[in-house]
Amino acid sequence: MARIGVFVCHCGENIGRTVDCARVADALREHPGVAHSVDYKYMCSDPGQALIKQAIAEKRLDGVVVAACSPHMHEKTFRRACAGADLNPFLCEMANVREHCSWIHEDRARATDKAIDLARTIVEKVKHNRPLQTIRIPVTRRALVIGGGIAGIQAALDIADGGAEVVLVEKEPSIGGHMSQLSETFPTLDCSQCILTPRMVEVYQHPRIKLMAYSEVDAVSGYIGNFTVKIRQKARAVDASTCNGCGACTKACIQRKIPSEFDERLGPRSAIYVPFPQAVPNTPVIDRANCAYFKAKAKGATKAACGKCAEACSRGAIDFDQQDSFVTEKVGAIVVATGFQLYRIGADQPQGLTGYGEYGYGTVPDVIDGLQFERLASASGPTGGKILRPSDGREPKRIVFLQCVGSRDPAKGMAYCSKICCMYVAKHTMLYRHKVHDGQATVFYMDIRAAGKGYDEFTRRAIEEDGARYVRGRVARLYRDGDVIKVHGFDTLSGEPLVLDADMVVLATAMRPQPGIEALAQKLSVSYDQHGFINEAHPKLRPVETNTAGVFVAGACQAPRDIPDSVAMASAAASKILGLFSQAELEREPTVARVDTGLCSGCFHCERVCPYGAVERREIRDRKGNLLKVVAEVNPGVCQGCGTCQATCPSKSVELDGFTDQQIWAEINALAL
Amino acid sequence: MSAPPSEAGSHHPPTLTAHLRATTGVNVAACYQCGKCSAGCPMAVETALRPHDVMRLAASEQRERLLAAESLWLCLTCEACTARCPNGCDPARVIDALREEAAHQAPRAIGAFHRSFLDQIRAFGRSFELGLVMTYKLRSGKLTQDVTTAPGLLGRGKLKLVPHPIAGVSDVRRIFRACEKEEA
Amino acid sequence: MRIGYYPGCSLHATARELDESLRAVASALDLELQELDDWSCCGATSGHATNHLLSLALPARNLALAEAQGHDRVLAPCAACYNRLATARHEIAADAALAARVARVLERPFANRVTVANLVEVLRELGPAITARAGRSLAGLKVACYYGCLLVRPAAVVGFDDPEQPTSMEDVVRAAGATPVAWQMRLECCGGAFSLARTASVVRLGRAILDDARRAGAEALVVACPMCHSNLDFRQSAMLERGEKPLPVLYLSELVGLALGIAPDTLGLQRHFVDARPLAARAAAEVH
Repeated sequence: MARIGVFVCHCGENIGRTVDCARVADALREHPGVAHSVDYKYMCSDPGQALIKQAIAEKRLDGVVVAACSPHMHEKTFRRACAGADLNPFLCEMANVREHCSWIHEDRARATDKAIDLARTIVEKVKHNRPLQTIRIPVTRRALVIGGGIAGIQAALDIADGGAEVVLVEKEPSIGGHMSQLSETFPTLDCSQCILTPRMVEVYQHPRIKLMAYSEVDAVSGYIGNFTVKIRQKARAVDASTCNGCGACTKACIQRKIPSEFDERLGPRSAIYVPFPQAVPNTPVIDRANCAYFKAKAKGATKAACGKCAEACSRGAIDFDQQDSFVTEKVGAIVVATGFQLYRIGADQPQGLTGYGEYGYGTVPDVIDGLQFERLASASGPTGGKILRPSDGREPKRIVFLQCVGSRDPAKGMAYCSKICCMYVAKHTMLYRHKVHDGQATVFYMDIRAAGKGYDEFTRRAIEEDGARYVRGRVARLYRDGDVIKVHGFDTLSGEPLVLDADMVVLATAMRPQPGIEALAQKLSVSYDQHGFINEAHPKLRPVETNTAGVFVAGACQAPRDIPDSVAMASAAASKILGLFSQAELEREPTVARVDTGLCSGCFHCERVCPYGAVERREIRDRKGNLLKVVAEVNPGVCQGCGTCQATCPSKSVELDGFTDQQIWAEINALAL
Repeated sequence: MSAPPSEAGSHHPPTLTAHLRATTGVNVAACYQCGKCSAGCPMAVETALRPHDVMRLAASEQRERLLAAESLWLCLTCEACTARCPNGCDPARVIDALREEAAHQAPRAIGAFHRSFLDQIRAFGRSFELGLVMTYKLRSGKLTQDVTTAPGLLGRGKLKLVPHPIAGVSDVRRIFRACEKEEA
Repeated sequence: MRIGYYPGCSLHATARELDESLRAVASALDLELQELDDWSCCGATSGHATNHLLSLALPARNLALAEAQGHDRVLAPCAACYNRLATARHEIAADAALAARVARVLERPFANRVTVANLVEVLRELGPAITARAGRSLAGLKVACYYGCLLVRPAAVVGFDDPEQPTSMEDVVRAAGATPVAWQMRLECCGGAFSLARTASVVRLGRAILDDARRAGAEALVVACPMCHSNLDFRQSAMLERGEKPLPVLYLSELVGLALGIAPDTLGLQRHFVDARPLAARAAAEVH
C-alpha cells in the first residue's frame, strides 16, 4: 500500500478564499493510499516546506502531492524540499488548485469539490511514479556568434574575455555591420567609426576568437552544450593567408562603377573590393556577378577575359578557381545577432508588405533613406562628409525628413514602432545644420519617442537650438516638380494644410530583420514573430534567451534596437553563456522518452514525427555479431519531453518518463471513480 | 467588441462611436490623428473640419457639433483619405454615415441638389438633367445660376427637353420606399 | 467579344459623346455592346450621401437585370456609375447581413455574379487591337491622362490598376499612337458632383489640374468620366485667365476613335465646349 502525503496550500487568500482547504485535506485523508494530509497558509514558505520534510521522515512517505499553484511556479521548490528529506524529487507532484480552480471559480462548495478531484487525480498518478535520475550532459565551452555587427562583436568579446572560445560568423566580407556605416551617434554625437573600429580590431586579434567573415551558417544539429555547426565559407577568390591587404588589386580593377553597398549605392566600388578602408579582415573579395573574368567565364569564354588584379598582386593571392568550402565546429551555445535591414518603399515587396505609391515607390530622385543620409554625413562617405543631393551634387537648402515610413503603418504591413528613428532624425537635423548653416530641416512626425538617458534633451536641442522645424502630421504625397520635391503634408497642431518645396527628402524607413532570418531561425529551431524578428523566451524575465535551450539572441534581430540596447543585450547573452560554461555538466529534467527495445518493431514513425531530431537508430546484434533488428533510441540530451513519439508509436514501445500511459490512465480513472 | 446595445436592455442611446462601428464597421478609436487624410484632402483648404477632425470629434462623442457641421457636406467622396489611411480607418465612409444621420441639416444648396437628384430618379427611374436643374434652382433659390450656359448645352444636343420614364419606374419607386422604411 | 452595357444617365444627355464614341470604337473593334434593358440610375453621389441602403439597392437592381439578361460582365463607361456598381458588388459580397437587406428591398433574384468593368479597363484589354488598326495620325500628340478619383479608389473595390501610380490610361494612349505626358495631378479630384451646388470649388480644383497639365506640355486632357469632363470642359471658361488658351478635354474613347480614323462628328467632338476639332483636323492632316 502506498504512503502518500498530501499538502494543501491556502496561498494566503488566493486559494483559501474560494476553496475550503481544510475540507480538501480532510477528504484526501480518507483517500486510499494517503498516509498524511494537512493544509497550511503558505506551503512554499520555510515552515511550509519544513512540514513536508518532517512528514516524509516521520510518516515514512513514499510520495508527495502538493495541492497549490501551477507547477511552473513552485514544482522546483517542493521537489527540492523532498530531495532534502531523501525522497526522490520525481515522486513529488503538484495539483494545480489555484490557476485551474480558485482563480477561475466563484462557488466555494463546487470549487472545493473540484479541488478535491484535482488532488485525487494527482495522488493516483503519484502511486505510479518511479524515482528518476537527473540527466547530466557535458558542455562544450565554446560559443558560436552569428552576425558581426556591434551586437555580435560585443557578445564575442565578452565571451572570449570571460575565458571561452568563440567562433564569429559574418556573411559580409567585413565585420562592423550597420554601425560602421554611421556618421555620428546619438545622443552624444561621438564618431561611430572611432568607437567601433578599435573593437573590430580587438576581435581580429583576440586569441580566443576565430573570425569567419564572408561565411554563413549552413546547418545546425545537437542541443545545449553540444551543438554541431556546419559553416559555409564563401569563396573570396583571394587567398586570405597570402594576401597582405596592400590594395593594389582594387586599384587595378577595370570595373570601377559598381554601386557600393557600404555607401548605400551613393558611391562606386570596384569588382574586387574591400567594403571600406577599416574593414576587418582587410582581405578583398571578388564580386563574381560584376567581375569581367567571371562574367566572361559564365558566358562560356575559354580564355581569361581579364586578370588585372592577379597581375597587380605581388603575392599571387588571387585565386580564380577558389570554391566555397565547409567547416564543422562544435559549440556549446549560440548567439543570434544578425541585425536588421531598412524597409524600402518600392512597389516590389515581400508577402504582407506594401510599398508607398504615394511617395513614388522609390523612383523620385533625391528621396533617400536614413542610412543614405548617414553616408552623406560621414567623413569617409562618397561626398567626404558634404551634404550633397545625389541627382546633381548640389547642396540642398531645404531638407524634409519623414518619420514613421513603414513603421506604425499597419496598411503597409508594419504596425510596430522602429524605435530608433525619432532619435536619428533629430541627429540628422543637427548634423545638417552643423554642415549647412543656412539649411532648413523640417521633420514630419507623429509622436517624438525619446525615452532614454539624455534622449529627450537631445531632440529638444534639435528643435530649440539647431532650428529643426517639427510638424506633427504624416505626409499624404510627394513628387518631383522640376527641380524640387513637392511635399503635401498637414500640420495637425495648427490645423493647416502644408505644401513644402524640398531639395531633398529623407525617409526614416522601418527596421526589418535581415532577409533569410526565417531560414536561419528554422535551422536553430527558434521561433520568430510575423515580421521575422526572433522571439525571446520571455518578454520580461528571459529577454536574451530563446525557446531553444542554449540559443541566445542579441540586438536588432529580436526587435528594433539602438546601439546601447544591442550592446546591453549582447553582454547579457554573453554573461548567460559564461554562466552556462561555468558548469562542468548540465542538469536536465529526466522527463524524456524511453524506447522499450524489446517491443520496438523498427517502424520509425517516432523518428519522422520528432520535432527535435532526438530519435536515433540502433542496431541490435546477437553475440556472434549477426544483425537481429534496428530499433529506435531516444537521445536524452536532445529530447524535450513533448510526447509526440509516445502518442504515435503503434506498438506502444515508447514511454515518456513521468508521463507514462499508466500514469495518465490512473489520473483519468480517478476522475471516473 | 462593440456590438450595439440591445434595444430592450439599454436605457442609454448607443454612443456615436458604437453606432458608427455598427453601421460602417469603422472603429474611430483606431484613428491616431496623423493627419495623412487631411494632408491629401482636396477640400481641406475650404472646410472648417478636415477628415482627421471628423474622426477626432466622433471619437470624443461630439454628435451635435458634427451633425451640424457644414464641412460634412463639402466632402467630395474622392476617397483619397481612405486610400491613404495607415491604420485602416475609413473617413469617407464615416462622413457618409454622418451625412445620412444629418440629412435634414444639409446646407440649402447641397441638400437641394441631393433631393432634386433623387426626385428625378423616383419620377423617371433615371436622372433627367434639365428637370434636375430646374427643381434645384427652385429649392436652392439660385434662380439665375448658369442661365447663360443652358443654350450652350441645348445647342450641343446635351439637354433633353422631355423626360421619358423607364418601363420599370414603379419598381424603382418601390425600392425607394423600401429603403426609406428600412433606414428609418 | 460581347459585354453588357450600362450607359448610365449622363451618357444619354451631357455625356452623349462618350456613348457615341464608345459605340463607334466598339463596332470598329468587334466589341458587341448589349445595352441592359430597363436599366435605372445608380443613385450617384446623392444616393450614398443620404441613404446607404439605397446606394446599394439602386446599383444592385441593375446588376440583377444584367444577370437575368445573361451577362457575366457589365461595362459602365461612366466612372461614377462604375464606382457605384463596383462598390455595391463588393459590399454585398463582403457582408451577408447586408446582402440579405438588399435582397429584401430588391424583391428579385440576385446572385451577385456579374463583374463590373470600366472604360479604361476594357480599352486596355483591346490595346493590341487598337495598335493594330491605329494609323499614325496621333503621332506626336501630347496628352495628359486624367484619372480623377473614382477609377482607382478605393483599391479594394476597383483594383484594376495601382491606386497611386496607375498606368492603364497611358497604356491605352500609347496603343492609340499618342504620347502621354508625365504630370502630377492625375489623381486629384475635380470637384465631382459639385458642378452646380458649389461651382467655386470646382473652378479652383479644375484650374489646378489644367495648369499642371499645361505645364507638362499637354495639348489635351484625356478623361474617362462624365463628371470630370463636365467640370473640366463645360466649366473651363470660368477657370481660364484672360488670354489663356483653352485645353481640349477628350474622352479616352474619342481619342481611340480618332486613332482608328473615325470621323470627329461620329465621335461627338462637335458637342464639346472647348473646341476639340482643331486637334482632330491636325490628326487627319497627319494621315495625308
